[in-house]
Amino acid sequence: MNIFVLLRLAPDTVEELEIGGDGKSLDADILRFKPNDPDEHAVEEAVLLKEKHGGTVTVAALETPEVDDILYTALAKGADRAVKLTGDLGAAQSEAAARLLAGFLKAGGPALAPDTLILLRSQSIDDLEGEVGPYLAEALGLPYACVVTQVAPAGGAVKVTREFSGGLRGEFTLPLPAVLGIQSAEKPPRYVPIAKVRAAMKTARIETVDAGAVEQPARVGVERMYKPEAAGRAVMIEGAPEEVADKVVELLSKNSVI
Amino acid sequence: MDPVKFSLFGLPGVALLWALALAAFAVFGWRIARLIGLLRQGRYENRFDRLPRRLGHFLKHVLLQPRLFNERSIGLPHFLIFWGFVVYALCFNWALIRGLAPFLPIPYPDEVPAVALFLDVFAVLVLVSLGVAVARRLFYAPPHLHLSFDANLILSLIGMLMVSTLVGGAARIVAEGGRSAAWTPFSGLLAGLFSGASRETAHHIVAAAWWVHMLTVLGFLVYLPFSKHLHLLASPFNVFFNASATRAVGDLGTPGAKEDLTAGASRWQELTWKQILGGFSCAECGRCDRSCPAAGSGYPLLPQQIIQKVKDHVVRHGLNGANGNGVPKLVGEVITPAELWACATCMACMNCCAVWNEQVSVIVALRRHLVSQGEVDRTVQDMLGNLQRYGNSFGKSDRMRARWAQASGLKIKDARKEPVDYLWFVGDYASYDPRCEEITRKTARVFARAGLDYGLLYEAERNAGNDVRRVGEEGLFEVLKEKNQQAFQKARFQRIVTTDPHTLNTLRHEYAWEGARPEVRHYTEVLDELLQGSKLPLRQKLSGRVTYHDPCYLGRYNGVYDAPRRILGALGLELVEMPRSRDKSYCCGAGGGRIWMEDAEKVQERPAESRVREAVALGGVSTLVVACPKDLAMFRDAVKTTGNEGRLAVKDIAELIDEATAEPEAKPA
Amino acid sequence: MAKPILMLAEQVRGQLSDISFEMLGLGRRLADALGAPLSALVLGSEGAPLAARLGLADKALTAEDPRLNMAPPGTMADALRQVIEKEQAGLVLIGATNVCMGVGSILSARTGLPFVNNVRQAQAEEGAVRLTSQMYGGKILADVRLGGACGIAGIYPGAFPADAGRSDKAPPVEAAGVTVTAPKETFERYIEPETGDVDITKEKVLVAVGRGIQTQDNVGMAEELAAALGGAVCASRPVIDQGWLPLSRQVGKSGMNVKPRLYLALGISGAPEHWEGMQGSQCIIAVNTDAKAPIFDGAHYGIVGDALEFIPLLTDRLKARRG
Ligand SMILES: Cc1cc2nc3c(=O)[nH]c(=O)nc-3n(C[C@H](O)[C@H](O)[C@H](O)COP(=O)(O)OP(=O)(O)OC[C@H]3O[C@@H](n4cnc5c(N)ncnc54)[C@H](O)[C@@H]3O)c2cc1C
Ligand code: SF4
Ligand code: SF4
Repeated sequence: MNIFVLLRLAPDTVEELEIGGDGKSLDADILRFKPNDPDEHAVEEAVLLKEKHGGTVTVAALETPEVDDILYTALAKGADRAVKLTGDLGAAQSEAAARLLAGFLKAGGPALAPDTLILLRSQSIDDLEGEVGPYLAEALGLPYACVVTQVAPAGGAVKVTREFSGGLRGEFTLPLPAVLGIQSAEKPPRYVPIAKVRAAMKTARIETVDAGAVEQPARVGVERMYKPEAAGRAVMIEGAPEEVADKVVELLSKNSVI
Repeated sequence: MDPVKFSLFGLPGVALLWALALAAFAVFGWRIARLIGLLRQGRYENRFDRLPRRLGHFLKHVLLQPRLFNERSIGLPHFLIFWGFVVYALCFNWALIRGLAPFLPIPYPDEVPAVALFLDVFAVLVLVSLGVAVARRLFYAPPHLHLSFDANLILSLIGMLMVSTLVGGAARIVAEGGRSAAWTPFSGLLAGLFSGASRETAHHIVAAAWWVHMLTVLGFLVYLPFSKHLHLLASPFNVFFNASATRAVGDLGTPGAKEDLTAGASRWQELTWKQILGGFSCAECGRCDRSCPAAGSGYPLLPQQIIQKVKDHVVRHGLNGANGNGVPKLVGEVITPAELWACATCMACMNCCAVWNEQVSVIVALRRHLVSQGEVDRTVQDMLGNLQRYGNSFGKSDRMRARWAQASGLKIKDARKEPVDYLWFVGDYASYDPRCEEITRKTARVFARAGLDYGLLYEAERNAGNDVRRVGEEGLFEVLKEKNQQAFQKARFQRIVTTDPHTLNTLRHEYAWEGARPEVRHYTEVLDELLQGSKLPLRQKLSGRVTYHDPCYLGRYNGVYDAPRRILGALGLELVEMPRSRDKSYCCGAGGGRIWMEDAEKVQERPAESRVREAVALGGVSTLVVACPKDLAMFRDAVKTTGNEGRLAVKDIAELIDEATAEPEAKPA
Repeated sequence: MAKPILMLAEQVRGQLSDISFEMLGLGRRLADALGAPLSALVLGSEGAPLAARLGLADKALTAEDPRLNMAPPGTMADALRQVIEKEQAGLVLIGATNVCMGVGSILSARTGLPFVNNVRQAQAEEGAVRLTSQMYGGKILADVRLGGACGIAGIYPGAFPADAGRSDKAPPVEAAGVTVTAPKETFERYIEPETGDVDITKEKVLVAVGRGIQTQDNVGMAEELAAALGGAVCASRPVIDQGWLPLSRQVGKSGMNVKPRLYLALGISGAPEHWEGMQGSQCIIAVNTDAKAPIFDGAHYGIVGDALEFIPLLTDRLKARRG
């Protein structure tokens, strides 16, 4: 199998997020980035597929600060090739990023090898417009499935399990090549000890590919970005026990829990 | 009268002895050579440093065996059996040489009156000791003592040696025509048995007893290296080469290693030679199992089993030269991950092992392999991820590390910006755990009251890595260490004070320092000194009966037992000791990364719960005093789960000092 | 008159999901404010009976084609595109759910309409719509204005009341007249949730009991409440230690990490080890007799009172409401 995994760092929400001076974006000075949790599942799934079916795993990412770390980590986990797309990328949002990645994937010719599987996160915490996955599938003209929790390639097609809600799942078949948005890998992502990452840094090489410049289709104009009011201590619900129970029912119904 | 002067089927006795001795020594030597060959296949580590100190360690612990006396039922008997063995081994060799070379102008050992007396008396002492040992095995065996056939056989062989000596001695008295029994009083008592025998017969009995004795020893010689009594040969070396003879027990480094040990051991050849030697040295006494809190709680770990399984695996597969196919995996099949993860690295096992085995280093070496394969618990994996990313196990931003101080307006010097006497390395729990924040603030106030010149590293402080290293993530430990060392270089300070004993341990023993190694002290040591030196005035004496829990990493690892006790005394509190105190302290179960691990199955009784019950059982004790932030979390929880709320309070010693030194008006009404 | 508003009803196995009513209520409000008509679209076979339940819409459209059952996002987007063109729709509402994930972005790519996902608030204003989108797991909110009230909004589940979307009326139902191109992705079958013990990490509603529950018998009361809420029971460690619930129900540092929509903490003090496992919950309601219990420092709503008294009161009300 020819497996690609597309990676991206996400802002770390453990850190305080601050709004920048323009009031429309995050303060980039304070922002720290971390590997996307779902990305780690995508890498894990790719490595598991390779272990089961053979082939190569290529991890690719648009160049951003610290992106080398996640590429090396993926190599340490068992990826074979790491590629960094460079160029005048700006802060490529999902759709633009998808076009750049599509350009890279099609570099070897317009038709992808028939055993190609492209994996990426199904969701990411920093997605305003939507996801890179569907845009990418659209740009490549490939079938797409998201919220995927199981992947089983067999003879020119791939059988996937998608999660709906409340434990209900569905099985789909997609012809290859295909793009899959991974929700969780078959097994939890493996831990890769620091020593292995360091070894990968010494022995492996990250290829760089010039992705050129990209125009940003700016369809959504953010007017204002702000933090929700800090949730301090709990709002106390008071009254006689019966009253309290009534108020809770009301609250639950307002929040569509019931 | 010479026992070798006879012939059997025309074969002279001397020749027979030669043949038997050669055969026995050949088998013995061949086996020992093979065992040494196995050691040589292990990885190298340097245990040849500071030989005089090692010798001192050896003399004390092999010749005097103070650790064996920790268990009264077997201490003295073992001591006597050991020395009996030494005396008899020397005399055996003497007798053997004399027997092999009859022309030598020397007597047999038992022909020398003083030696005969020695042998005679020891024979009885050893027999009595054997009686105790056998009775212990049969009637009051402590838990975890390995009751093997092997052990019984060995005890009978030793008994046989003693009996043959006494019988020979008794017969000799008769053979020599009722010679005085002054030098062999016990044989003298037996002599009556042979009173009816002719001198001729008595002669034969003497010779027969001699042969029985010699043959038994030769048989013993052959059998020894195949049995658990290999410990008799290996353990003196094990003691001599023990790590803590020359280094702190809290240092998990491997000096002189020629290979990269960070990936740990998946095959026995990846253990160090000393770790393999530990297996050969184990006496199967079960002391370590009896002291192990994991075993006590019903976790699947028995430290003795770790040592034994390594030994069996090495001997079985190493000697066959089997490799690869058919050889079970050391980690996974022979020793399960669950066993390895159950260890709290509390050092109780190593602290009581009479042959000075190093269980923790073996467990960590095997854990390292699991980590290198990515086989770590989900919760531990999260923690390691947090530590990589944020430098603390709480997964909070490093910018929040000193929030406990900043949020309440405490002004504390930044050691990176101005010089301080003490650099306070606060540690993760004391910095981030909401339960500990207030205590940490109190500690800061007490330091201030004592006029201590101290500062923090603020967000530059990282988890010191003690537990990370013990989980087996050596690479991450190195990273954390490097980051802290960089921070230390930017700061100006004379000494370090830590809150967390785990931190204390690794900073004190496992960090490398440029230039002089600064003194690293626990806050109890510093506060004790301040109280003793009257730098910290008491405003109010406290009263009440309290008990104190010795944290493993403060006590067993670093020998700090008295400072906290002196503090409690100075505060006016009456200290009641728990039965398991000082170096027998019972681990709370948090160490070695255990605090991060998920419970895979239900446990009988968590170590912390056992400890809380122990404190409650003292009666009349209102407070369990701790000197470690992790203990606070563990015991406060255990007080709840054992239903002892309201009966026992868990307090950090700093809270008590704060109470006793606070300005009267500052105290809440 | 503003352009029509179109909402995509979501159905799973012949049932309308809550999000459909949440969107319908919202759509109705916006439509009234903008003076625009509201259409609802039901995709998949047997859509008519479902469409009949969407009474708040001015009309309901169906596209009864089995290939639209659990259709992949590309196929759904294609159907939507056709309806948008036909109806000249301006604002399109889609659920930001697993079922419809990806539809918004593909539709945006194909139509050029802006797509705002995870919408938690929406307001109509002078021919435009102002949407508030939740970003970074709720740590940041962004206001976006859709001029001309044209664009695609992915509606965050639970953000709008579903009750506002229910009605007894039936709307006029017509066929949308969609041509379905066979999707490359084929839906094979549903996989039912595994029986056996519940996976508390996947539950939307958790009733968590702590030592305050006092006896094993009272756990049964909590089970009943959980059933009435359509959720499951979980617990703090001491309750698990007692053996009152299996280990798989333990929340916290040494148990599971859960992020339900509702976490009802009954008689739980809120120790850091417990907090670690449930802090990501969307709404935490705590009941504790001790007004100073740390759980109140982090919960969204707090009730000082006896959980044992509260549980049956709430259960009864929930049952009464339903039945
Ligand atoms: C290493 C470690 C790991 C741990 N891991 C976990 C973990 O994974 N998960 C976990 O939960 N804990 C864990 N703990 C335990 C944790 O520290 C707490 O002890 C535990 O969470 C407390 O549980 P609780 O809130 O049910 O009990 P308590 O703290 O005893 O709280 C009971 C609460 O109930 C209230 N109450 C009493 N009666 C009533 C009533 N009738 N109605 C309403 N309220 C009432 C009381 O006021 C009190 O606040 C761990 C501890 C350690 C040391
Ligand atoms: S260090 Fe402690 S927990 Fe680990 S094996 Fe030894 S006694 Fe048991
Ligand atoms: S390792 Fe030491 S303490 Fe444990 S059984 Fe062996 S000799 Fe005894």
